[in-house]
Amino acid sequence: MSRRTDSVGHLWLHLFLLVMVVITVYPILWVLSVAFSGGQSLAFADLPPDPGVLDRLRAIVPWPEQLTWSNFSDVFSQQPFGRWLLNSTIVAGATTLCGVFLASTAGYAFSRFKFPGRRAGMMGFLVSQMFPGTLTLVPLYIIIVVWLELGSNFLGLILLYSTTAIPFCVWMLKGYFDTIPIELEESAKMDGASALTIFYRIILPLSKPAIAVTALFSFMTAWNEFVLALTIMDQEIMYTAPVGLRFFVGGYAEQQWGYFAAGSIVAALPVMILFLILQRYLISGLTAGAVKG
Amino acid sequence: MAQVVLQGVKKCYDDVEVIERLDLEIREGEFMVLVGPSGCGKSTALRMIAGLEEITAGEIVIGDRVVNELHPKDRDIAMVFQSYALYPHMTVRENMDFGLRIQKMDRAEIDRRVNDAARILGIEEYLDRRPRQLSGGQRQRVAVGRAIVRQPSVFLFDEPLSNLDAKLRVQMRAEITGLQRRLGTTTVYVTHDQVEAMTMGHRIAVLKDGDLQQVGTPLELYESPANLFVARFIGTPPMNFLPGRVAGDGAQIVSEDYGFDLPAPLRAAVRGRDGAEVLVGVRPENLRGDRREGVGATTTLRFQVTLLETLGHEVQAHGRLAGHELVAKFQPHNTPEIDSEVELHLELDHLHLFDAATELRLSEGE
Ligand SMILES: Nc1ncnc2c1ncn2[C@@H]1O[C@H](COP(=O)(O)OP(=O)(O)O)[C@@H](O)[C@H]1O
Ligand SMILES: [Mg+2]
Repeated sequence: MSRRTDSVGHLWLHLFLLVMVVITVYPILWVLSVAFSGGQSLAFADLPPDPGVLDRLRAIVPWPEQLTWSNFSDVFSQQPFGRWLLNSTIVAGATTLCGVFLASTAGYAFSRFKFPGRRAGMMGFLVSQMFPGTLTLVPLYIIIVVWLELGSNFLGLILLYSTTAIPFCVWMLKGYFDTIPIELEESAKMDGASALTIFYRIILPLSKPAIAVTALFSFMTAWNEFVLALTIMDQEIMYTAPVGLRFFVGGYAEQQWGYFAAGSIVAALPVMILFLILQRYLISGLTAGAVKG
Repeated sequence: MAQVVLQGVKKCYDDVEVIERLDLEIREGEFMVLVGPSGCGKSTALRMIAGLEEITAGEIVIGDRVVNELHPKDRDIAMVFQSYALYPHMTVRENMDFGLRIQKMDRAEIDRRVNDAARILGIEEYLDRRPRQLSGGQRQRVAVGRAIVRQPSVFLFDEPLSNLDAKLRVQMRAEITGLQRRLGTTTVYVTHDQVEAMTMGHRIAVLKDGDLQQVGTPLELYESPANLFVARFIGTPPMNFLPGRVAGDGAQIVSEDYGFDLPAPLRAAVRGRDGAEVLVGVRPENLRGDRREGVGATTTLRFQVTLLETLGHEVQAHGRLAGHELVAKFQPHNTPEIDSEVELHLELDHLHLFDAATELRLSEGE
């Protein structure tokens, strides 16, 4: 009896989930289709003057008339998309290195040392996260471009992205360091380890999950960011991938939806690959066995 | 090997004074146990010796050096933590040789020491495992092993057995004392368990609220506790106490419900103090249902039995005497009925007298 109700319940649940999956996947399918269609149009079928049901159905099914890689090859050969990807990689890579290094050392200090301004510092980081990024756009432009003269320069963007990513990363890592038993460090201290040795040989290896999250977050912050990059980078050769993508569509010239879609897919790959690589560190229980029985 | 001396050591956390003034001398090769209830400052004292806590005032000497300003690694000590504190990402071998590798010791020497320690502790087969793959007792052994490979001149233990089950605790107790005897290394061992203290220590230092109460061998503490606190703390079941007044020029203890003559040595302790309020302490084994031979003078008291605990070789009887809760001992086959009133033999030569006001022991020569 209860089995019946169970399976009926499951049926509705499955139906609901199925609908949600379609809603989620549909736009992605559309992008894929546009990318592989070989054309630049956003739609696949033109509606005849007096469309029937079948015509309308044909128009909303994301399936192109032909499948070709041409958009993918063209976006690299006809457009400087390769260069933009390289720019993005440089900026995001440097932001990740900078973010992880500074955030782990800062997070460790916040977690373990008592110093004047400790609370204020942590609060400051938190408060800085409360303002929407666009609010700071003008002052940041003035600082980076006018004062520091780092417009259209990797350094400017790396600086901006690092400062955006670090507060979250510091909180994240501090929280994780707090869970590592202090006895481990004291034990290492008794073993004769210096503060630096303790940090590199005890703390960091135990913090791999948190470091992985931090790295992924820093990378994605930099990789996906659009508004700041658009503001700072005003030479086409210095565009990052999201900025470059934007210039395929939305201008007064012909809309190049095919390039846009192909570029978007290529740009999404590094994040996915990075996630797959870092995924194996995202396991819990690294400190199991440290203390107690 | 080295002596450890604490001279007027004081510890404050901000404005909270945890240890007011601690003077303690731990001799070369000695197994000294610091014992006291939870929160009395044992760990703090140990951590000051280790160099993990700064000392607010006073001086700590290890060997012949004042180590106040020395970093833990320069004090030539090793510490075993209550939580073991093994490095979870390292194998047992790496855990044990971490300190030696940092010192850049010769690889052959490192291996020799680690293998020796592993053999002594019976953990040779686990050397390539990680801590999470070990049982509590095995982790405990690794923690001890990590301390002994360093061959320090002082071992510090902070409640190393409190996470183990009762049986393993007894076994590790024997192993640690055996190891200490064999290595002859000066050892400071912290515990809240008086049984551990009694069974392991050459000498015991009893702490209460950061104050040193008494230092002595287990027997000294048991037979002549310096004050009420030590008397209550050492021994299970704990000592019984009966209030009374001195009378007859120190010859008697009297109260409304009982009275008895004191033996000669105790008379000397309270001579000339007639009317003084005292607490008479008697251990359960000296308050008995049977009359033993060769224990000197006894007196009888009447006792209302409320609870019996049969241990096999003896029976512990809980009961009341004029409103005071007492524990007495009986022979296993000659036990009283619950709720009955029976006669107890108080062995007078084993009484302890304490001043009711100062809580200090009253003994001859004072
Ligand atoms: N870091 C600290 N800050 C403030 N008070 C502390 C600190 N560490 C310990 N104490 C206090 O010092 C007292 C003694 O602590 P501890 O030495 O750990 O006791 P024990 O080991 O005897 O149980 C306790 O009252 C504890 O609250
Ligand atoms: Mg403690």
